[in-house]
Amino acid sequence: MSHAASNHETMTLKIFAWRQKNAQEKGRFEQYTAKNIIPEMSFLEMIDVLNEDLIAQGIDPIVFDNDCREGICGTCGMVVNGVPHGPEDLVTSCQLHMRRFKDGDSIYLEPWRAKAFPIIRDLVVDRTAMDKLIESGGYISAHTGGVPDGNAIPVSKPDADTGMDAAECIGCGACVAACPNGSAMLFVGAKVTHLASYPQGRIEAAQRVCDMTDTMVKLGFGNCSNHYECEAACPKGISVRFIAKLNREYIKAKICG
Amino acid sequence: MILDGKCPSGPIEKTWDKHRFDMKLVNPANKRKFKVLMVGTGLAGAAGAASLGELGYNVEAFCYQDSPRRAHSIAAQGGINAAKNYPNDGDSIYRLFYDTIKGGDFRAREADVWRLAQVSNNIIDQCVAQGVPFARDYAGYLDNRSFGGAQVSRTFYARGQTGQQLLLGAYQALARQINAGSVKMFARREMLDLVVVDGVARGIICRNLVNGEIETYWGDAVCLATGGYVNVFYLSTNAMGCSVTAQWKAAKKGAYFANPCYTQIHPTCIPQSGDHQSKLTLMSESLRNDGRCWVPKKKEDCGKPVSEIPDEARDYYLERKYPSFGNLAPRDIASRAAKEQCDDGRGVGPGGRGVYLDFASSINRLGEDKIRERYGNLFQMYEKITDENAYKVPMRMYPAPHYSMGGLWVDYNLQSNIPGLFVLGEANFSVHGANRLGASALMQGLADGYFVIPYTIADYLARITPGTIKDDHPAFKAAKAEVEANTKRLIGINGKKTVTEFHRSLGKIMWENVGMARNEASLKYALEEIPKLREEFWQNVKVTGSGAELNQQLENAGRVADFLEFGELFARDALHRKESCGGHFRTEYQSEDGEAMRDDENFCYVGAWEYKGVNKEPELHKEPLKFENVHLAVRSYK
Repeated sequence: MSHAASNHETMTLKIFAWRQKNAQEKGRFEQYTAKNIIPEMSFLEMIDVLNEDLIAQGIDPIVFDNDCREGICGTCGMVVNGVPHGPEDLVTSCQLHMRRFKDGDSIYLEPWRAKAFPIIRDLVVDRTAMDKLIESGGYISAHTGGVPDGNAIPVSKPDADTGMDAAECIGCGACVAACPNGSAMLFVGAKVTHLASYPQGRIEAAQRVCDMTDTMVKLGFGNCSNHYECEAACPKGISVRFIAKLNREYIKAKICG
Repeated sequence: MILDGKCPSGPIEKTWDKHRFDMKLVNPANKRKFKVLMVGTGLAGAAGAASLGELGYNVEAFCYQDSPRRAHSIAAQGGINAAKNYPNDGDSIYRLFYDTIKGGDFRAREADVWRLAQVSNNIIDQCVAQGVPFARDYAGYLDNRSFGGAQVSRTFYARGQTGQQLLLGAYQALARQINAGSVKMFARREMLDLVVVDGVARGIICRNLVNGEIETYWGDAVCLATGGYVNVFYLSTNAMGCSVTAQWKAAKKGAYFANPCYTQIHPTCIPQSGDHQSKLTLMSESLRNDGRCWVPKKKEDCGKPVSEIPDEARDYYLERKYPSFGNLAPRDIASRAAKEQCDDGRGVGPGGRGVYLDFASSINRLGEDKIRERYGNLFQMYEKITDENAYKVPMRMYPAPHYSMGGLWVDYNLQSNIPGLFVLGEANFSVHGANRLGASALMQGLADGYFVIPYTIADYLARITPGTIKDDHPAFKAAKAEVEANTKRLIGINGKKTVTEFHRSLGKIMWENVGMARNEASLKYALEEIPKLREEFWQNVKVTGSGAELNQQLENAGRVADFLEFGELFARDALHRKESCGGHFRTEYQSEDGEAMRDDENFCYVGAWEYKGVNKEPELHKEPLKFENVHLAVRSYK
């Protein structure tokens, strides 16, 4: 771990951040100045720098969710200049780097906005609804121990690959935030596809898709109306074809039982 | 005091089976009378909570994140080991056991490691049954690859996202139990104290991170699965929220802390780019399957573009020094070798803190598509962070703190010295010794959670009466008051320096004096500096906001306060251990060719520390280690 100096020029940015003390209070944008920002910084490191500055001025720092900062835990997420996770494709906010911005830029920071995601504070929202979706059926009912050998049931490579493509979802909620209807169909579609792609998960597939779909409606997520904003916002490139798969699985379950 | 690890006796192959039979069981109808608290819901915690819930116990599970799916286990990339021997290359439970004991530099318990190797096979079966999308070949069978420290292909993987997929498997199993009502999940809770009544663990105190409420929870047993503590170095590969807090609070209540100075420095991390940096990013060790490590032979070449450095001017130092393992040398060896090259002035990149990990010859041999298929997401990640295309120019790597091998002391049943307190996964010290081989952390987390704790906790519960002490007991009130007073104190200081500034200063002391290479002088220096910094912290830290709200500054302040106490213990442990072993290198103890020199005569034991109070010397207890199956030998990967 060196303490290498950067040769790059520093940037100064105008930050308009959504401040909201709690779910009850009204929110508003506040304007701040982020100074000494260098291109190598991640977007969250830029907010760290700004926050240190705010603390020094006796202002409460901007609250935001983050944890692994490697783009995999799905904790971080904010709407940057109107786009969930910001302007770069296929990255989470923690993997967005300041080299995407230039000196003097204005940046707007907002939380995920969706009916199913109530605001907790500033940029932090409550995504418990996504856990509720998984709890309603997003699993295979395997008991611990007593299962067959891993190679006893082969899985074809195309199926395994499809399952893996779907399983890459990190559950960050950007798809919901990007959707004009606040729909969770990309998230649910990914899980339904992942589990339906394997013989182990096929058995419960019909029940699963019905339960998860019902829960989705109950929790206040909207329906898909083919805007494809979810796919565009997804940091993992989860494809909308999994929504089509979700619909097919649903129809199959309803018609064939 | 001499500690007893309570390992079963007899032939190693039968230890776990015999022990499982000897342990008491809890009748299914009685299981629902017991309440178990599971703190932390990563691989070990989620697997443990799900398994215990499924067995019929009442489980209450806690995590500081907004969902158990976010635990840092999710970031593991490369894979999970198992002794399946599917590739027919000579693997066996015994060989996995042997490699792990040797890889851990003979500082782990034989019986625990045997059990880990034995249940490794069940783990793969379990995960496949849960729908974990492991890589498969065209016949539909599970695929394997190699990892550092092994000469067989025993690593199962799911692209570069194995940790994510295994964690989601455990999380989904947990979700199933939450839905069934057997597990109650409490997210956004941070454990801030352990409640001990008459020497027995009875519950925990948590801060509700959303509204700041201090909450009390009682249980017939408490399990800690709270991960590791390498964020004591400030910069590490751990998630921002990873802390020593739960372990440290338990230590302050009497749990012994074993081998705190054993930390793993991972050889393949993206080098730091500047002082602003908040954390380091690891790149999977599996990259060393096809990537070759090198630095320029001549210092003058270090600044030149790679294309201007011909092959004969490159030093493929791992292949040169360790011809039989080559680029797949274990992590401690590879890390130290990289640091050695850089200290020698032949590092590359900013500040000379980097070595190349070069895929050019693999791309020539296998084609870019094959490399893309194997490591595509890692190359993408590297490009996002460094703005460099690693298909065209070699990656730059530097070692970084990654995993803690030390942790709370536990016996063979994963029970700490406090009855009723169990410790799982990275939070305990048990199987890794002084070093961890690749793809074995995921294995330990799931082994402890799915296949060890469900058996061993029964043996404890079968001997006690459920629900004798609940959270109306005065001990809960006292512990709660203490936590509240601590919060008040932190907010009341209103000093000049931020929490991050203190954390960064501590990290600097730790990395420079207690890091990869250390010696008596540097350790003594750290032992003087840490208490000074701690004192300053309690006088000059600035924590904004109040305790009665979501307050990340307050959360961090509490964690850094604990690191400031724990860091001292870490340094003290490193000072007392006058030998080099695993990732822990004391510069005074090395062979002529610069290899680590272990001292089995004087240090073949687990060092477990008993807390005696701030600014007081802790007491060292020893658990001697016996090697009856794998003979103590100098590790050689040449």
